[in-house]
Amino acid sequence: MTNQSDIPVEERGNPGQSGLSRRNFIAASTGLAGSIVAGRAAADSLADVPPREVGADLGGHSERSKYVKISRIPEAGPGKRNVDPSDAINSKTPLDKLFGSITPSDLHYERSHSGVPDLDPVKHRLLVHGMVRKPLVFNVDDLKAMPSVSRVVFIECTGNGWENWKKADENLTVQNTHGLVSTNEWTGVPLKLLIELVGKDRGSNWMLAEGGDAAGVARSIPLTDEILNEAFVAYGQNGEPLRPAHGFPIRLIMPGFEGNLNIKWLRRLKFGDRPWMTRWETARYTQLEANGKAIQFQLRMETNSVITSPSGTMMIKPGYQRITGLAWSGHGKIAKVEISTDDAKSWKEAQLNLPVLPKAQTRFQMDWIWDGKPTKIVSRSTDDKGNVQPDRKSFIAATGTNALFHYNALQTWSVDEIGRVRNVLD
Amino acid sequence: MSSTSKALLTGAIALALGSPVLAYDFGRPATPGETALWDIDVRPDGKGLPPGSGTVAHGQQVFADNCAACHGDNGVGGIKDRLVGGQGTLASDAPVKTVGSFWPYATTLFDYIHRAMPYQAPGSLSNDDTYAVAAYILHLNGILPADGRLDRDSLSEIKMPNRDGFVPEPEFDPAKLFRTK
Ligand code: HEC
Repeated sequence: MTNQSDIPVEERGNPGQSGLSRRNFIAASTGLAGSIVAGRAAADSLADVPPREVGADLGGHSERSKYVKISRIPEAGPGKRNVDPSDAINSKTPLDKLFGSITPSDLHYERSHSGVPDLDPVKHRLLVHGMVRKPLVFNVDDLKAMPSVSRVVFIECTGNGWENWKKADENLTVQNTHGLVSTNEWTGVPLKLLIELVGKDRGSNWMLAEGGDAAGVARSIPLTDEILNEAFVAYGQNGEPLRPAHGFPIRLIMPGFEGNLNIKWLRRLKFGDRPWMTRWETARYTQLEANGKAIQFQLRMETNSVITSPSGTMMIKPGYQRITGLAWSGHGKIAKVEISTDDAKSWKEAQLNLPVLPKAQTRFQMDWIWDGKPTKIVSRSTDDKGNVQPDRKSFIAATGTNALFHYNALQTWSVDEIGRVRNVLD
Repeated sequence: MSSTSKALLTGAIALALGSPVLAYDFGRPATPGETALWDIDVRPDGKGLPPGSGTVAHGQQVFADNCAACHGDNGVGGIKDRLVGGQGTLASDAPVKTVGSFWPYATTLFDYIHRAMPYQAPGSLSNDDTYAVAAYILHLNGILPADGRLDRDSLSEIKMPNRDGFVPEPEFDPAKLFRTK
């Protein structure tokens, strides 16, 4: 597979798509006062670049450059920002400051229900029991010694997007609106292998997965063929042991499903013949419809996308703009992403950076020449099962505004006459 | 899933299952005694509920001592989740979801308090105190009388006001899933 994302964008062959050729790109950026060109200091000279010098000593591990200001933001729920860390319930990924599609481990979003436990891997155990022939206890080394799988997948909190159910706060960044999704490579033991080892009863089609956090977060998981084939118990995250915030020493990975099902600090898997109806699958992570009934077991994360640049609170200038963003679907691969720069009147297909992986975030981009007039920009994803991300009006007409979870409507950014980009409903 | 990714994945798992790994022992057998320490889950049919019982009256004391600081004196107005009221609001523009207005099963209340509350010291309440405080929260919501008492049998028999308020997503409907196989 050729990796197109290694090739500079203006040199990529892009037949039938909307990208500018290299010649057009140069013409566009020199002919108009594009923001990239205009952004440079007028009297730039190589003479001003500091001379080379011997750097710092080599260390045991490398830190980010002091010039890079990048971090997650702890928040407490829709509209509850700038909270004391002890009141935060999640911490959002800075989507507007990241490249490509892999999230750095320390910037992966986090939702924890009772803080981040400090677990000693030597003392941690996984109990696998219930309707099985041979209940077993595994330690972390047992799991690491077994055949493994590695897979790049997104994990998304079902609350992602929840800021925009009822109103749009125009001061939100894409980190605020969509920062509860991230993509990492995870490594671990296939669930199927653990099931073989304990000898699961054929009459058991549900599994309770429980965490070793204070809250003992627990979810019932239906053992469909898809889940049996894809779920795994991970100990590796982007090549290193899991970070504590993400479940150290072991967690469940459920590709394409609600973040809450990817139980962190996993300590128990129990097999049964029906769901347990835990608090997290009844009182939480169910979606209240306008008629007062709640949708339960909506376990799969939907087709989604968002433009990460230009996005909320950024400033743009007339001329060349590269629109870029991320798309993902719990159903499979992203098949296409379309972008509108005229308030959803017309759409053009964006370019997808390779590789496009199933149930992983895909980076998209498109060239745009902004004419300086107020407009709205929006992206729309379609996955390889044919699911299309819904526009907000039809989405709200179908679900109401009380669901809290599973918001995947199109995200619209407005651009005003001075180039301010703002969060709007549609 | 696309056919290539399926091939890749089933490839990986086939490797695992086809390998000699299953002929070897990984992990160790779990003993019944230690399993009982962790086997805390409770189902709507009452399976998993421990022995013991508690009254609404005793629960009021347990609540005042262990819960009111965060949840408010009567389960309302505290700094954390509201536990009481909200019945009749679910179809409004400002729904109030509480144990009384939203939770479909009383068994879930026992399970959750037993595993997760009080927040800073989960597991610190005895089974009797857990039955009692669950009874008190149900009483505050008008579900149990003031002289009510809960145990394993009576808890799973309670019909919560919003028991029929949930509609399963068709793809994962427990009543239909796995039935055709
Ligand atoms: C230190 C504060 C604190 C104390 C003390 C406390 N809780 Fe909680 N309680 C919380 C927090 C925080 C949550 C929400 C946790 C979450 O959303 O994951 C919660 C949630 C709950 C819920 C679920 C509410 C819902 O609708 O989902 C119940 C029921 C509950 N607590 C009962 C109790 C009981 C009973 C006690 C006393 C035995 C208690 N709590 C003591 C902080 C506390």
